[in-house]
Parts: sequence; C-alpha cells; structure tokens
Amino acid sequence: MERYSRHIILSEIGQEGQDKLNLAKVLVVGAGGLGCPVLQYLAGAGIGTIGIIDFDVVSKSNLQRQVLFGTSTLGENKAIAAKQRLEDLNDSIIINAYPEKLTHQNATSLFSEYDIIVDGTDNFETRYLINDASIITKKPLVFGGIYKFEGQISVFNYNNGPSYRCLFPNPPEAGSVPNCSEIGVLGVLPGIIGSMQANEVLKIILALGQNLSGKLLCYNALTLQSSIIKIKKSENEINKVLEKSETFQLQNQPINTCNPMSIFVSIQDIFQEENIQFIDVRETHELPKVNELDITSIPLSELENQVSKLDSDKKKVLFCQAGIRSRSAVLFLQQQNIENCFSLIEGASGINSFISQHKKN
Amino acid sequence: MNISIKYFGLIAEITQCAHETLIFSESSLNELLAQLYIKYPRLKEKEFQVAQDQELISKETVLTGKELALLPPFAGG
Repeated sequence: MERYSRHIILSEIGQEGQDKLNLAKVLVVGAGGLGCPVLQYLAGAGIGTIGIIDFDVVSKSNLQRQVLFGTSTLGENKAIAAKQRLEDLNDSIIINAYPEKLTHQNATSLFSEYDIIVDGTDNFETRYLINDASIITKKPLVFGGIYKFEGQISVFNYNNGPSYRCLFPNPPEAGSVPNCSEIGVLGVLPGIIGSMQANEVLKIILALGQNLSGKLLCYNALTLQSSIIKIKKSENEINKVLEKSETFQLQNQPINTCNPMSIFVSIQDIFQEENIQFIDVRETHELPKVNELDITSIPLSELENQVSKLDSDKKKVLFCQAGIRSRSAVLFLQQQNIENCFSLIEGASGINSFISQHKKN
Repeated sequence: MNISIKYFGLIAEITQCAHETLIFSESSLNELLAQLYIKYPRLKEKEFQVAQDQELISKETVLTGKELALLPPFAGG
C-alpha cells in the first residue's frame, strides 16, 4: 500500500508490522497540546481505530500549539474538529469522536474498547482518573505532562509494570501546581513531548526497542538535557485502586481527595439560570475579559478581604483561566461557611466561546 | 559529604537554580529534606519525589552521595 510504503520498507516494521498498526485501537484522552501531535502521528501511521475524547472547544489561544486546529474550527468541539482534520489526513482508518468529559461513569467501558490509552490531559483529577481506569481495565497507558519548558513521559501499566500512582501516589492539592493556561507554555514543547508519546504507542504495538515502562523521561527544552529516572512498582498503590474497582463507577470524585465534585458547574448548565453572580478570581490585568456577562472581579489574592462583595442572595459562580484558582476559591469560601458557591469548569475563554457559539445558533 | 542536587519544574523556580551542591553530614533523605525546608520554606507546600542516582527513593533511604533529583508532577498538556 503506497500510503504506508515508508513504514513497510523498514525491515523492523514490514507489512507484518504495518498490519499490527492497522489492527490496533488507541484512545487519546484530551485533544490539546499533547493530544494533537499524538493524534496526527497515530492517524498518519495508520492506527486502525482511534478514539478521541474531549469536552472542550477550540479557542484562539490554543492555535499556538494545537496543530490540528485553525481559525475555521474556532468554537468547535475539539474531538469533532480533530476527527474532521484526521479524516482528511487518513481516510482509511476509523476515528471515533467523543465530545464529552471523561468521568468515573464512562471511563472503564470506554477504555475496554481500546488496546492502549494515551493521556494528553491538562489536570491532575483526570490524570488520576485515567491511571486508575487503566489499572482496572488492564490497559497500557502512555503518559505525558508538561510544565513551561519541561516535559515528562512514561508508559504505565505495561505488562504489570508500575502505574502513575507508583510515581506520585496522591494528587497534589488543588491549585498547588498551575497549568499551561495559567502560567504559559512554549508552543513547540507539547509537540516534542506528544511526538515522543506517539513513538511509545507505536513501539508498544510493534514490540520494537525499549519503551518507557518503569522509567520516567524528563526533558528540558531550554537545555536539551534529558534524564531517565527508574520507577519501582508499588503493589500497595495498585491494590488500593483494584480494591475500589467494583465501586469505581459510583464515584463522582477523585480517589484520595475529599473535595466534592458538586462544587463544579459548566457554563452550558447555568447559562439560562437567573439570579447568578459571576465572579472573576483572576488578577485584574488577565485576559480575555468576559464582556457579555455582568462580572464581579475579586482576585483570589484579595478574596479574604473582599468577601463582602459576594451577594448572599445569589448563586455564586466563580471562574478563572482554567478552573483551578476558582476551585481553590470555592474551597476557601466553603471553609468560611459561605454557601451556594460553585467553580466553573470552563475558564474565561471557554465562557466567551460558549457565548459566541450560543449567539450563532 | 558533598551532594549534588538537580531541581525540576516549579521546584527549580522555588530554589532559583536548576542545580546545586550542598555539604551534608547526616545520613537519610528525611534529614536532607529538613535542611532543604529551612533553606527553601516554600518547598514544604509542593508535592515532589526524590531520585538518587536516577532511581526513586523513600524518605528513609540512606544517601550515598550520588546525584539527587527533585521531581514534581506536571499537570499541563
């Protein structure tokens, strides 16, 4: 087949290897900075079935690094926009788009339909959910994470190998590790790390070389230094997840945290509601502004002194850039016994995208 | 002994350097961390793991003098 000729003439792959790729099923969670390059190379390589799950929509600030999208797909769901782009790249594979959030309810049944899971998400809650669902469904997990100019890559749950919890047993406290939308990221970095994740996926399917099972690769784009750290398997951590496997789907909160998910709301659920006070907890200089709604500005750093700005008669919906600071703010307000406070899942640009989409329809 | 320590991600932002060498007379990682927490109080708020000679170690591990690395988890994607 002409499409895959450059693979097939490699003696290490050949037609036999290419057939393995065509039969493989890979699920990519998150079609963002990491997910886009992963998806691009997996589709190009002819992975026979590719799943993409992402609830988010394309915003302008994504285009600096999320290479599957363009100005023509602004405001569209990322899973659906990625599927359209990839179908043009390779029309001989099956691409399933799931424009929804990965939850404890849908994760295990979705994972069961695939051979390998790729983590391209941008928050710890989902990362731990993916890890635990991979353990329960016994699927290898190709992990990637980035911070400004640095990246981490590993392969978890491969042939009974270590998991993410063997490396970091517990999720960091909410708000203690900022993500890209709060602190920025070098655009090319997720391109490098995502390409390495795609490489690990192909190696696992083809049984080529040595994959990163039991190892964490740390890469620094500024110094070009990389280190490989060995990770030991912790049976204890894995057993803790397996013990909870029967009740996994009933959980609506991440394991090992006590923050109820019920503090989260989505813009589409509350947009039509009345009697809401929207509170922007970002610093006053941060962009984009949300001009279409009546907003009260209380930066997180001043929340303690400006509690009086909260309207006790209204449902209070707090937002920031990515939902991390707003979550911290809601947890703080709960400690102060201030009720009826919610953290918006979407950030400011998500609100703006939703409103402009809503107006179009 | 001299211990060479590498810092990654936001840990390096707290220490204001990616690499340093400390003089250290105690034996376990726990004791070294106590020393680091005095030098960098904000480290206490952060989640991280420590590797010695490219291998993850526990807090009770006796230090050999080989290079250490402080690794935080990365959220971004």
